Amino acid sequence: MKKKPTTVAFKGTHEQELELDRLIAAHKDDPGALMPVLQGAQEIYGYLPEEVQRHIGLAMGIPFEQVYGVSTFYSQFSLNPKGEVAIAVCLGTACYVKGSGGILDKISSILDLAVGETSRDGKYSIEATRCIGACGLAPVLTINNEVYGRLTVAQVEGILKKYM
Amino acid sequence: MDMVNVKINGIAVSVPADATVLEAAKTAGVDIPTLCYLKDINEIGACRLCLVEVSEGGRPFRMVTACVYPVSDGMEVKTNTPKIIASRKMNLELLLSAHEKKCLSCVRSTDCELQKLCRDYGVDENAFENAKNEKKSLDVSTAFLVRDNNKCILCRRCVAACRDMQGIGVIGANNRGYDTEIGAFFGKNLADTSCVSCGQCIVACPVGALYEKDDTAKILAAIADPTKHVAICCAPSIRATLGECFGMEPGTDVEGKMVAALRRVGFDGVYDMNFTADLTIMEEATELLDRIQNGGKLPMMTSCSPGWIKYCEHYFPEMTDNLSTCKSPQQMFGAVYKTYYAQKHGLDPKDIVFVSAIPCTAKKFEVGRADQNAAGVPDVDIAVTTRELGRLIETCGIDFKALNDEKFDNPFSVGSGAGVIFGATGGVMEAALRTAAEVILGKPLEKVEFEDVRGTEGIKRATYKLGDNTIRVAVASGTKNAKKLLNAVQSGEEQYEFIEIMCCPGGCVNGGGQPLQPASVRNTVDLRAVRAQVLYTADKKMDLRKSHENSMIKTIYDEYFGKPGSHKAHEILHTSYVKRGL
Repeated sequence: MKKKPTTVAFKGTHEQELELDRLIAAHKDDPGALMPVLQGAQEIYGYLPEEVQRHIGLAMGIPFEQVYGVSTFYSQFSLNPKGEVAIAVCLGTACYVKGSGGILDKISSILDLAVGETSRDGKYSIEATRCIGACGLAPVLTINNEVYGRLTVAQVEGILKKYM
Repeated sequence: MDMVNVKINGIAVSVPADATVLEAAKTAGVDIPTLCYLKDINEIGACRLCLVEVSEGGRPFRMVTACVYPVSDGMEVKTNTPKIIASRKMNLELLLSAHEKKCLSCVRSTDCELQKLCRDYGVDENAFENAKNEKKSLDVSTAFLVRDNNKCILCRRCVAACRDMQGIGVIGANNRGYDTEIGAFFGKNLADTSCVSCGQCIVACPVGALYEKDDTAKILAAIADPTKHVAICCAPSIRATLGECFGMEPGTDVEGKMVAALRRVGFDGVYDMNFTADLTIMEEATELLDRIQNGGKLPMMTSCSPGWIKYCEHYFPEMTDNLSTCKSPQQMFGAVYKTYYAQKHGLDPKDIVFVSAIPCTAKKFEVGRADQNAAGVPDVDIAVTTRELGRLIETCGIDFKALNDEKFDNPFSVGSGAGVIFGATGGVMEAALRTAAEVILGKPLEKVEFEDVRGTEGIKRATYKLGDNTIRVAVASGTKNAKKLLNAVQSGEEQYEFIEIMCCPGGCVNGGGQPLQPASVRNTVDLRAVRAQVLYTADKKMDLRKSHENSMIKTIYDEYFGKPGSHKAHEILHTSYVKRGL
């Protein structure tokens, strides 16, 4: 899946930046430090926006593009912040054969938002996940920490309404 | 170095223990096909075209990639078994499944490395029909380049040229698997990055995914317009390379044929940029002496290479005051033509179309820079690379190889040997030293060659004692070497009065606009040295070897500029820079 840059405005704080600088300093002399720094940065900010990647590139003396290349290669890194309403649809085998693909499409079309993206106002995000271990309830989705199982496409709109 | 014995297709050879199978095969006279491999630049074994079968220690044969696999004593290698040929063929067919096969109209048709391999292996171009052939948009954001990722085969040669050879790294592989695409930070247009426009990515590309913006149609339109006066000047290094566009051996001097061809294309004047190389030296040597004597900013750094200028503006913005304010020879020529020449011949600068033929893609960016319009219009209107010049000559149906030599037009037909060596790393330094030394010493030099600054080494250093003055100089080519040198200068580790920097490794003879040579040639011939030799030979053959002895230079100062560094010279021949940052 091609990663798309976020449209949500960056709201990083001074404290977060200091924490990032401490993290980079701790890894200063390690070979291959970019991976642990990106992982740490994602813990600090929740995602890896352009501003954070530039900061990492400058501080570590690595071309910006190389930072971006790594951040788009590994699925663990996200370019988008989680929305206030973070929707995750399971595309594990069981959920998928039970029709979770159609559910994902429906959510995407109602919110007019592609998978992996976050709405400009930061309210909604949609994510496709691997198996979340609730195969007995397939097809399943989670919104924030709430689980919805044995879903049909017809139910989707009603569920989303609760969060609008 | 320890040697080991290996057998390639039954041929026994002894090779260094750290050689790769590919290098060992070369020793045995056996060619193994490669595609992603560029010696010393990209050695990653990604394309898997160099597959061979090896047996070590009597174990069964297995397939490895020859370009990165090290030899071992007693190794046996087979390079052409049916299994290997079938594998290479399938790998090519897989590459083609995601390649836009518009070969007829492709700029690389007939000199595409992928096309040649497909011909060699008799591939079926539709063996794997691509289910997901979404059209990717072209990046045409810069003044010099088109990136067409529909043709990209992800060999990473451009990425390695940019990041590892030039030390820049504005392009790389983004995303993963089928979605992998070569591009810039956050998918930006190249124009919005700190790309310096060197064009080394184009020279590295084996297919038609990267090519210069072609401006030859603009030239033909101007020539066909009776209201336009169309003139062209030829950079020093292109006489050493243009022949390659017509299948001539690298290292052939084609100055006379080039002039004849351009006259037949229909230019109103065909001139030698060596003349403004000399003019640059007059201004630059004067500027250097002035900075040394009057406490100006030192070290002074040369300003002929527009890729280097852009590099300095992006990566060393705090050092732009160290750059000589001299325009490059290309820009000086246009400026002189649209002021001095236009006034002398009653031409309106607006009716002049001034073209420069250059080995360089960054010059396409340079013509659009601010503060490059001495006559109120751009100094230079169109900059075309050696490759475009070759294409223009072919389009006009000129049989290049059959032409008799002709001479450049007056009054800009005279260039010195100092001017011609501008095209190689160290050449501008040597040319400047020839003039500066005579000014300081007040007498002719016994020996005009400054050999310490010659050669293809990335960084060269020398100290010259001229009378009571000691001048410490350094020369770097390739931006990665420039960075190393400038870091040493900034830290105070090294001190110089004068630094020459050229953006491309080896200087303009190896510029991003020079004729393309396939990896098979680039991996075995040092093009930088072979092409530079043409310039040094031309210099050696000349009687006139110092810029300040050029009679036309004397005339133009007498008639127009007064003296080097005069107010008028500053207005017309000097420029300013921008602090761009990253």
